[in-house]
Amino acid sequence: MQGMIEITRQPLNPEEVTDLVRQDYNGAVVTFLGTTRDFSEGKAVVHLEYEAYESMAVKKLEEICQELRAEFGVADVAIAHRIGPVDIGQISLVVAVASPHRKEAFLACHEAVNRLKEIVPIWKKEVFADGAHWVACADHEFAPGAGIPAAASDD
Amino acid sequence: MQLTVRFFALYRERAGRSAATVETPAGATVADLVGLVRQQFPRLAPPEVQIVVAVNEEYAEPDTALHPGDEICLIPPVSGG
Repeated sequence: MQGMIEITRQPLNPEEVTDLVRQDYNGAVVTFLGTTRDFSEGKAVVHLEYEAYESMAVKKLEEICQELRAEFGVADVAIAHRIGPVDIGQISLVVAVASPHRKEAFLACHEAVNRLKEIVPIWKKEVFADGAHWVACADHEFAPGAGIPAAASDD
Repeated sequence: MQLTVRFFALYRERAGRSAATVETPAGATVADLVGLVRQQFPRLAPPEVQIVVAVNEEYAEPDTALHPGDEICLIPPVSGG
């Protein structure tokens, strides 16, 4: 991993990401793992596919690091996100935060994941046995009879 | 002016491609461009959905003016993690 931010098609190594934030002046390290779940909305998920607008995603992740520094005084943050096809039970996200004391590390790690889900252009597609959908895009479903031929629907 | 628009994820699938070229009047805004793209690709999103646009790797407002060479991407709802 080069630098503190990475978007990669390779499996993630949480220890490697965590080591990036360990410093002798830090007494607390919090590492969050996002893992791919086998069930969503009552249906079995076969695997997931992640896509990113990589250059902007890196920029937004760097912005989040700046936000954490301003809000919590936390300087040591490393974030790695996996993209491409990811099997069930794999690690899709690693966020490691270190600080002199635990409170800031816990809070900043939580906030980092929240912000990532709000502003970073990365998308998750859940693939089921009988179809697939992009997560969080329910508002993009066309209403029946909205003038779009049903046969043309992706979903 | 001629602008290139990139599509990701849901929009890429619905457009059936990852980028398109759109001819716009000089001084066109993000809102103008989105209107033209929606004409070209009516299945991108229902009319009531506001399509989010990034210009040069920043989220842009509808009244943002566009320039030749801008990197323009349509951003469906994000879902990383």
